[in-house]
Amino acid sequence: MVSLKTDIGSISLERPSMIASGIMDETGKSLVRVLESGAGAVVTKSVGLQPNAGHDNPCFMEVRGGYVNAMGLPNPGIELFKEEMEIAVPKGKVIGSIYGAGPEDFSKLAAKMEDYGACAVELNLSCPHAKGYGMEVGTDPAMVKTIVEAVKSSVSIPVWAKLTPNTHILTQIGMAVQDAGGDAVVAINTLKAMVISPEFARPIMSNKFCGLSGEAVKPVGVRAIYDLKSVLDIPLIGVGGISDWRDAAEYIMAGASAFQVGSAVGTRGLCVFKEINEGLSKFMEEYGYSSIASMVGAAHE
Amino acid sequence: MSDVVVIKKIIEEAYDTKTFVFDWDAKVRPGQFIMIWIPGTDEIPMSVSGICEKTKSITVKAIGDATKKLHEFKVGDRLSIRGPFGNGFDLSNKNILIIGGGVGTAAVMPAVVQTGADTIIAARSDKDLIMLDTARKHAANLWIATDDGSAGFHGNAVQLMKEKLKEKSYDYIVACGPEVMLYFTYKACEELDQDCQLSLERYMKCGAGVCGCCVMDDKRICKDGPVFTKAQIAQLTEFGVSKRDACGRVVTFR
Repeated sequence: MVSLKTDIGSISLERPSMIASGIMDETGKSLVRVLESGAGAVVTKSVGLQPNAGHDNPCFMEVRGGYVNAMGLPNPGIELFKEEMEIAVPKGKVIGSIYGAGPEDFSKLAAKMEDYGACAVELNLSCPHAKGYGMEVGTDPAMVKTIVEAVKSSVSIPVWAKLTPNTHILTQIGMAVQDAGGDAVVAINTLKAMVISPEFARPIMSNKFCGLSGEAVKPVGVRAIYDLKSVLDIPLIGVGGISDWRDAAEYIMAGASAFQVGSAVGTRGLCVFKEINEGLSKFMEEYGYSSIASMVGAAHE
Repeated sequence: MSDVVVIKKIIEEAYDTKTFVFDWDAKVRPGQFIMIWIPGTDEIPMSVSGICEKTKSITVKAIGDATKKLHEFKVGDRLSIRGPFGNGFDLSNKNILIIGGGVGTAAVMPAVVQTGADTIIAARSDKDLIMLDTARKHAANLWIATDDGSAGFHGNAVQLMKEKLKEKSYDYIVACGPEVMLYFTYKACEELDQDCQLSLERYMKCGAGVCGCCVMDDKRICKDGPVFTKAQIAQLTEFGVSKRDACGRVVTFR
């Protein structure tokens, strides 16, 4: 019998799948529903210090091969998010995603998430459509190192950094996370994008810029994990366009110890977690992989 | 993907409500909705109020910035739409009573047209009643209720529904309207052991079941709904009690 159990440093998951930040994870009850759908853990919506309404609509649309979104980090703020965590934490492993403008913001938010019972924090260093946040602070290795070091010194739970593919120095940023004592790297966030309406001769998103997710970005994400695996020793978590077990297996073989699913919740439904878990088990059995660990990075050998 | 459609016809339904008819050959079920983009203003969910093979319509009450802007649109102007989204009503059984309250009437009108079922249309006063001509043409019986008694039954939709349920039994009620109306429709159905399907509403961003901002408890209005059965509604602790704002903060109704 194969096991889907996987370890991300000190965190042990019964199943390697998680919901990606931003997807059905703004409320405690949504998070519980995702956990009950077969996800091994859930990642919250990225939460900041203050309540944020995000960008105006349109902030989302379907495109060939996926979605674009410019939600703009909507969230009720870290103080109110306590209520959502109180509902979700007793039901499973919850990773608190946080965003801030610098080391102080991230440290404060991480400490709150630890207080609320998060099993790890995921630093959003990668949102491509929020001014002053996300990839604007996450594409400078020195800034990334400062932020991760600051958070590491404020919490005792593992610190994960979610990185952007919108850079040519991804591996240097990954090294900065590792050098700062970061516990894992999550990759990728969405690809910075734009959609224009020819009829109205203007970008459709109110924010103009947005991020592309879904099946179209999967090869980019797999490459990113492969590159990171080549230089880093800390665990990796793959995310970007995963909608079935084959996609998940690609990420694992590129070097990911676990993976996150986002857009496929829209295209396939919440059943996607159960389907991936079952498909992956079957594949592992047939091809003689007894554990996730035995598959991690297999494509490098 | 979005579709750009051209407005073919505009019907003045009431002093503050217009129906926009456009060519769109998408398959839509009664009770589904679309996201309408008004460039420079907003993108908002709108129930599909008319379903023909080649044309569809939306019925818009001028309430906020986006709907007021939409009211300035003329025949020949273009709309950008996404969808259809949501589950729609289950109309497999024809022995139903359909109730539309205020602009919620728009959401149930395709069900009236498809089934020809008995229908109640309710509004604050006679000048707020909409889509009566379509309802008259298709409903087996059409009953009207106004809060001020200026037309039809003097009272609200739920009071008239209770009267009608004394005279005739239905397999279920199909209703859309303001949440307070739906809440008391549900309470009355509980009390009378009457089955129902209600179309609910929440602030939406994606419309496609992805972002999770329109949840009521753990149900996404856009994807798991907007139509919920009586049994599902019984599990929704936030129904009639609270909603969430654009930040995801809880806002209580009372």
